[in-house]
Amino acid sequence: MKEKLKAIQEKAMAAFQEAKEMKDIDDLKVKYLGKKGELTAILKEMGKLSAEERPIIGQMANDVRQNLEKMLDEAKVRLAAAEMAHRLEKEKIDVTMPGRARAEGHKHPMSIVTDEICSIFMGMGYEVAEGPEVEKDYYNFEALNIPKNHPARDEQDTFYIGGDILLRTQTSPMQVRTMEKGKLPIRMVCPGAVYRSDEVDATHSPVFHQLEGLVVDKNITMGDLKGALVVFAKELFGEDTKVRFRPHHFPFTEPSAEMDVTCFACGGEGCRVCKGEGYIELLGCGMVHPKVLKMSGIDPDEYSGFAFGMGLERVAMQRYGITDLRLLFENDMKFLKQF
Amino acid sequence: MDVPMSWLKEYAAVTAPLKDFMEDMTMSGSKVEGATSMAGELKNIVTGHIKAIEKHPHADKLVVCTIDVGTGKDLTIVTGAPNVRVGDYVPVALDNSVIAGGKEIHTGDLRGIASEGMLCSIEELGFDRHDFPEAPEYGIYIFPEPVELGKDVADVLDLKDDVVEYEITSNRPDCFSILGIAREAAATYKIPYCPPEITVKEEGEGKTADLISVEIKNPTLCPRYVARAIKNVKIAPSPRWMRKRLRAAGVRPINNIVDITNYVMLEMGQPMHAFDVDTIKDRHIIVRNANEGEKITTLDGVERQLDPSMLVISDPEKAVAIAGVMGGENSKISENAEAVLFESAVFDGPNIRITAKKVGLRTDASSKFEKGLDPNLAMDAVNRAAQLVEMLGCGEVVPGVVDCYPNKRETWELSYSPEWINKFLGTDISEEEMQQIFERIELKVDPVNHKVTVPTFRPDLEAQADLAEEVARFYGYDKIEPTLASGTPTVGKKTYAQNITTLVKETIVAEGLCEGMTYSFESPKVFDKLLIPADSKLRQTVTISNPLGEDFSVMRTVSINGILNSLSTNYNRRNESAGIFEVARVYLPKAVPVTELPDEIPTLTVGMYGKMDFYDIKGVVEHLMVVLGIGDRAEYTVETELPWMHPGRTAAVVIDGVNVGYVGELHPTVAKNYNIGTKVYLAVLNMEELIKASNMVNVYKPLPKYPAITRDIAMLVKEDVTVKQIADEIRKNGGEYLEEVKLFDVYQGEQIEKGYKSVAYSISFRSAERTLADADVADSMQAILDGLAKELGAQLRDK
Repeated sequence: MKEKLKAIQEKAMAAFQEAKEMKDIDDLKVKYLGKKGELTAILKEMGKLSAEERPIIGQMANDVRQNLEKMLDEAKVRLAAAEMAHRLEKEKIDVTMPGRARAEGHKHPMSIVTDEICSIFMGMGYEVAEGPEVEKDYYNFEALNIPKNHPARDEQDTFYIGGDILLRTQTSPMQVRTMEKGKLPIRMVCPGAVYRSDEVDATHSPVFHQLEGLVVDKNITMGDLKGALVVFAKELFGEDTKVRFRPHHFPFTEPSAEMDVTCFACGGEGCRVCKGEGYIELLGCGMVHPKVLKMSGIDPDEYSGFAFGMGLERVAMQRYGITDLRLLFENDMKFLKQF
Repeated sequence: MDVPMSWLKEYAAVTAPLKDFMEDMTMSGSKVEGATSMAGELKNIVTGHIKAIEKHPHADKLVVCTIDVGTGKDLTIVTGAPNVRVGDYVPVALDNSVIAGGKEIHTGDLRGIASEGMLCSIEELGFDRHDFPEAPEYGIYIFPEPVELGKDVADVLDLKDDVVEYEITSNRPDCFSILGIAREAAATYKIPYCPPEITVKEEGEGKTADLISVEIKNPTLCPRYVARAIKNVKIAPSPRWMRKRLRAAGVRPINNIVDITNYVMLEMGQPMHAFDVDTIKDRHIIVRNANEGEKITTLDGVERQLDPSMLVISDPEKAVAIAGVMGGENSKISENAEAVLFESAVFDGPNIRITAKKVGLRTDASSKFEKGLDPNLAMDAVNRAAQLVEMLGCGEVVPGVVDCYPNKRETWELSYSPEWINKFLGTDISEEEMQQIFERIELKVDPVNHKVTVPTFRPDLEAQADLAEEVARFYGYDKIEPTLASGTPTVGKKTYAQNITTLVKETIVAEGLCEGMTYSFESPKVFDKLLIPADSKLRQTVTISNPLGEDFSVMRTVSINGILNSLSTNYNRRNESAGIFEVARVYLPKAVPVTELPDEIPTLTVGMYGKMDFYDIKGVVEHLMVVLGIGDRAEYTVETELPWMHPGRTAAVVIDGVNVGYVGELHPTVAKNYNIGTKVYLAVLNMEELIKASNMVNVYKPLPKYPAITRDIAMLVKEDVTVKQIADEIRKNGGEYLEEVKLFDVYQGEQIEKGYKSVAYSISFRSAERTLADADVADSMQAILDGLAKELGAQLRDK
């Protein structure tokens, strides 16, 4: 019996090792371990053994069964791995082929820039406001300290609708509309389309976009104006950006300034883009003129504020190196897909 | 405003290098636009002496000169100029030199003789006979006196100067002058400001008042008119120093009298005019409005049509000048003028600006007047001119002035509080420093009472904030410490509408479309292109009264023109497909003509063409509705009323009974009108309505615990029965367990009778309490089938 068991074990071991497919394993399992299998057949003969031999042979038979089962499992694992390897090999594809194209959508560069600027100011506690493009003379000029016959009216060639209605030449009327509501303090930015009678060329468009900002509160200083805009410029153009404030004139701010940022092209060294200055003009700003506060119903003795305004096309064009403004309005897919 | 540095330095002794100076002036408020260097391009041109002249052996018209340039080695230079003589001193452009216009000169062969440079004319030095009247009309410039040899000609002729260009803002008319800029420069560098001392000897005979009388008819448009007379005028070129300054400042020298008026205008900012006294009838000047239909021929020889809004200088008979713009030819100074009248007047700025625009003549004078000049300057200016006349010896100044000045402009006082200014600026500037700043810009300071007296040339200083600006700019904007505003905290946010708009844009982008940007005004012809009937309300527009042209004359009432133009651009540039959207406004007037602000309705417009059909764009809209939480409330009904859309392929989008827009195919005729040779699909949605309808508040619904029962049915219906009708009918009879009605097949073809279509639905039922049995839905299914048969004539198909 001992020999028989030994022989079965050896035979089975060889067979398991030779098994090529899962089916072979299943067959072998039946052949050796099944109800009609060879091992079972031997065990059936156990009755013929003496009482002394029986536990020894029994033990041995059990060991053999366990060995066979272990071999079976090992063979299964081996074959499964082989089969998986085979499958993976068969499934190989050319991964350098292009992916399946999906229509890709893009935001307009102006939207991207506007959203980014609004986000920066929202982070500093500013609300985003919007206002009418067809506007009253009062909001666009009068209430901003630009009375009739003021030269600034000529500088901003205005489209008139009739009577006291015009197309706003700046987003600044939203300063007045916001202040008029009487809700203080104010921290707001307002992006939007503005209109000036400029013929279309590479740097001019009769429709363009500005972003206005207004802060009114108690104890607002010119230092606060600088602080807010320095933070903004560094967020938008990078931590290394330097800014400079130059005195300027706007009828609705006093003191007024223009803010320059270090030239994006040369980083301040001076180049063709910045005409050697190292700086590029980014926005106009200033402390809200006391007259403007007063006209909008805010007591200039109690409150002060600052305002700023910038052209958004210029920011987008600088950001993306676009040299012709007309591209922004043409909507060629080859252009729009680049952003 | 161009200011020559040499001229400026006479009144403010600036020592800073040019580059620093430009930066410093910009930072103190006089924005420098740039600088040019007069005669800066000239290189290697030196004084030379002609030692010998010989005929050129091979050319009749050329001569060969031997030139001594002080180096000990004579040069051989060939010239064709007829005017050179042995012994002349001339400008010599050496080998490797640069003459005016950047032209390089090298030694070169001239008909067989090596010419080691070039003799220069005055034009080749970049100037003309206006600058150097002694120069010949044609030929080489010859120095009138012997000069040291080998010296830089630019130095010898005093050609060099740096000219700085300033951008002057409209609030600072006083800075449109050399003195104004000098005052700013002096204040910037804390150095003395030294304007010229004006004294007139008045050595002429008689009295100006006996020679001329002045009458102002319109003192609003002419606040002041000052006149002085000069007798025995000797017209001649002005001296070189004056010519140089004028040229550097961009004004061409003419003769001493004209040059003096221009010189004073540049120096002081006060334009002046000179009349020939004899041409003024009765020697009586009247400042009045022009008459209807009046004409005048200006000094440039052009006849100008005037109107009563314009101001003229006239005598009792005729206009002799358009006030503040240009003199008349009829009063021009003649060669033998016996007496000249200097006019130094002030006119209303806006009126001059409008007049100059109307007659199409913006002169140096008008551009100064239009800023609004200080009337108190006029007297100084006329006296300065008289002083220069005496200095140049070009006439005798008649004693006295005629001064018509009905309402004198007085100085005014402003109070200031150093604490307030520091608080306003966020600075800590001492009272003394503020006081010094004020004094440097010629404010009289009363430090005890904290008051300043403002000179009349600074009308921009009206209140304390204006004084704060003066302090800030001379203290230095850059020295103000950036701070972050304290005070009441506020929350930075967008409105709900702005957030929904952002979401809409992001959703459409996710659908693979690109955002575009278009003009909001367009041509009224657009309405014809869009087949909009003549009586349509959409043709009532917000119309621009002064448009750039018809193409930009009306604010759009329909949103699609811009997008259609963009699609057309893409189509005609052979872009295979395009999908563009925009959220932009349409402008709907409340009434025409427009007397109140119109409604500006933000509108989503989506346009596309390419490999697609109606259901692609409808899919975009449906997806958007789901994102906005209104997927189940949005209905699509047949829309046939939009003239620019395909009547059989357009659906109105209806939410809770409100029409919010449409989706469909563009009318083929309209596509053709836009030169698009393929089908175009559009969706237009009113953003205001979408925002109103949107529902971003979701409440969780428990997941189903029990399985659903599903029944598939297929039916034959007439082809004009819509799937919406069928689905509505199924829902109507679906009973309490009906969960979902899903269309899964529509078929028309061989096995189907003509005029009919096969439609298949999957209908699911579910209970939240238990697993449904077949029997639970049997009645509902029967009701559904009966309803479909009865209402829509549907025949159930066997599967």
